Parts: sequence; C-alpha cells; structure tokens
Amino acid sequence: MSTKASIPPPPETVLDHDDIGRAIKRIASAIVEQTKGGSSIALVGIREGGVPLSNRIASEIQKSEGVRVPIGTIEIALYRDDVASRKAEVVGSSDIRFAVDGQDVVLVDDVVHTGRTVRAAIDALLDYGRPRRIWLAALTDRGGRELPIAPDFVGLAIDVPAGGYLEVTLGGPKDRVVLVRPAFEYAG
Amino acid sequence: MATGLRDRHLLGIEGLEREEIEAVLDSAEAFYEVSRRPVRKVPTLRGKTILNVFYENSTRTRTSFELAGKRLSADVVNISASSSSTTKGETLSDTIRVLEAMHPDIVVIRHSASGAPHYVAERVSCSIVNAGDGLHEHPTQALLDAFTIRRHKGTLTGLKVAICGDVAHSRVARSNALLLTKLGNEVRFTAPRTLLPSHVEQYGVSVHDSIESAVEGADVVMMLRIQKERLDGALLPSMREYARTFGLNARRLAGAKPDAVVMHPGPMNRGVEINPDVADGKQSVILDQVEAGVAVRMAVLYMLSADPGSGSSVTKLQKE
Repeated sequence: MSTKASIPPPPETVLDHDDIGRAIKRIASAIVEQTKGGSSIALVGIREGGVPLSNRIASEIQKSEGVRVPIGTIEIALYRDDVASRKAEVVGSSDIRFAVDGQDVVLVDDVVHTGRTVRAAIDALLDYGRPRRIWLAALTDRGGRELPIAPDFVGLAIDVPAGGYLEVTLGGPKDRVVLVRPAFEYAG
Repeated sequence: MATGLRDRHLLGIEGLEREEIEAVLDSAEAFYEVSRRPVRKVPTLRGKTILNVFYENSTRTRTSFELAGKRLSADVVNISASSSSTTKGETLSDTIRVLEAMHPDIVVIRHSASGAPHYVAERVSCSIVNAGDGLHEHPTQALLDAFTIRRHKGTLTGLKVAICGDVAHSRVARSNALLLTKLGNEVRFTAPRTLLPSHVEQYGVSVHDSIESAVEGADVVMMLRIQKERLDGALLPSMREYARTFGLNARRLAGAKPDAVVMHPGPMNRGVEINPDVADGKQSVILDQVEAGVAVRMAVLYMLSADPGSGSSVTKLQKE
C-alpha cells in the first residue's frame, strides 16, 4: 500500500513593505522618464490586483512631477480565452472615464505570468478606443510566459516554479509579496 | 469570490439561493456598463450558439435575449411558433430533439404551458433558460426588476413592494414575489378577488382588497398588465370598472413613499392598469427596466456558459 503525503514548504517573503514602496517609486520614475514627464499618460489597473497598484503609482507620479494622471480600471473576465472551462464568478465592472483615443496608456498588474491576462486586458482596452501606445507595468514578473508579451516596467523579476504562486498583499503596513512554492510530494 | 449558478439551467426563481440571485445581479452591473460603451460587444461567448424558441408571441423579451446574446458575441437564432413546424403538428419533444441536433449551447424557451422548460431540460444536454412558461415563472423578468429596484433604492432588502393587478395570470408576479420575499422584502398583492391565485398565502405575501391600502407607504409599486387574452369575461365586469377601482394614477401613487418607483413589465394598457401621468411621470422606471433586461440576461447567459464542474481551486493559483 502506498500513500502519498505532501509537505507544503514554508512561504517566503520576497518583498516586504519597504521593498514594495521602493519598487513602486522605481516603476513610477521609470514611467515618467520613458514618457517624458508623464503628462500624456493614463494608468489602467487590471482588476483586482492591478487596481491598488495603479493608484499608488499615480500618487508617486503626482508627488514627483505634480501631474495628476487619469486612472481607470479594467475587468478582463469577459475577454478571457477560457470562459467555458472556468467556474462562473461574479464579473466586475470596468471603469474608464477618460478618452482612450490617442492616449498613452500604462496597463498595471501585480503579477505577470502567462501573459494571457495582459492579452485580454489589451483587447478590452481596445474596445474603448485606439490608444497611441500601450505600456505594461507589473510589480512582479514570475516568468512562465505563454504569449509573446513583455512588461516595460517591473518591480521584481523572480522565477516561480509551476504549481507555486506569488501572494501579493497591498494596502497599508501589511504590504508584502510572498512566494509559495509547490508542495513537495513523497511516498509514505 | 462569490460563485455563479449551481444548476446549468435557469428554470425559475424558486430553485435559486439568495447568493445565486446576488451573483447574477452583481455581474449584471458589469454588463450594464458594456451596453453603455462605444463598442457594445464583448467576445465572451464567441463560437457559442443560442436558440430563442418562442411558442408565445413576444417582442421585448425575445429582442432583449437576442441583444444579450449578440452583445456577448454568440450566434443567436430566433425560432417562433408561427414559423416553426409546431403549426404543422410536431410535438414539443420532437421539436426539441431536432433543435438539439443543431448543437446549441443554450436554448431560451417561452411556452404557454407551465413546466414546458422543465420538461425540455430533462431531455437535452444543453442549458435551458425559461423565458416565461404559462402561469408559472418568468425568472429573468424578476431578476431585471430586482436589478432595477436595487439601482434606484440602493438596497434589495427591507423594502415594501406592492404588486397590483392580474396576479392570477401573472408569471411575473409569481417570480417577483418569490425573489423579493427570499431577499427579505415585504410583498403586498392587490387585485379583485377573481384575479388572485388560489392559496395565495403560500407566497408569503399580504393580500389587500384596495389598491390604496397596498400602495400605502410602499417603496416600489409594480403594476401588472391586464391580460385581455386570458380573461373570458367572467373575471371582470368591465375594463372601465377595473381602471376606476384598481388603476394606478397620481392620486393613488401619492399614498406611497415620496421616492417610490413605479414599474411595469410591459406592454402597458394605458388608461387601464396605469394612467399616462404615472407611466410617464418622474417616478416611472419602466424604461430602466428594459435597459436592465439586456444586462441581466447577458449575466445569465454568461453564467450558464461557464463550466459548473471545474472547481474554484483555480483561483488559488496565479490567476492566469
């Protein structure tokens, strides 16, 4: 008789509160540098994880440049490529109140992984108009891309093995990014 | 994260849990936004086929389902009884077998026989949506009414809702009473005794003999259409008498809360159950109901298209 047991390895904090603060500052200043002052851009957070992040980046830009960039949120559930194979969940609403036509838009997400979410977000955004350029900012890039998509601004690049995941908590003093590795299985 | 619908069919409000109703209404908010964008279409149900099978005449419900399917990028085919082989003598189960051979993903069905969608649902592998069956239920109407009430009142619990008119023949009244009582609202029926269903107490509502007493202090006044085609003359002495005793006018509406909303599932008989001054007045949300209908039906079609078998454990992994 063989039974399998698995030991979950201890979660590892890869970014703490201060690291995240610095990473967001760095992303914000890179955006400002690349877009020549940030006055022509808008930020769009991908729901849910990208939304608090886009707000934080916007307030950093406002602090350093005195520019208030327009912020929006985008829901990608309706643009997924795997609708039929997923359990139905409540769909959130997109909220984009600025004109997308001709705008430089920075899509913001907490984790970039396969690239499928970003693909869906690009398609969703294009239904609101024709932006001049779409950029991509992410707090973390965990690798494992399945589509030819690359972020322009990244806080931390870290390889996460398949089956593991990054747990991002944003908001207040509990800010952190935790790496949860896949459980180690052994025959017992 | 709240989940979607447990069943792969939507046959009535009766089988739904409170959480499922709220999941549909919450998702409908997103689809409401889609209908107000420059591009009113999302690719979600690309490659899916939806059949609208209507054994009873309907313009608004059929159009609403058709738009909902099209805005989700599904292929929508309308089949109405007058053009179908039903008139040539084909039975319901034969028709459904033929339609199933066309491999639809969802069949939306309206039928004059109560329970027809349930009968069909037991015999097919696709999803069935009840778009009104006889005197039984009209679940998407109740959901869109709930969505409209929630948008205007900011809540969907603890409200006083008066449902006035031909309750006995109204599947809208039945589905609404089931939904609203399930969510903790006070529902009042008012109608001439001949237009009340037998055993009306089972719906958990109060029954009022005068419209004045039903409307008193109400947050929502929902008028029902007098279905002339279902009356045989024995139930009401005359339309004029009905309009005088049970029609909603500005004077009667004044008894409700000042911010009460007036609803009607349509089509209206102006001057019978509802006066034009109220139907077109500030408190009327009748056209909002129509707009909500497309959003709510999009939410239902979307939620029935997801795989009920796949676990939500996916969400624990990276969301991609």
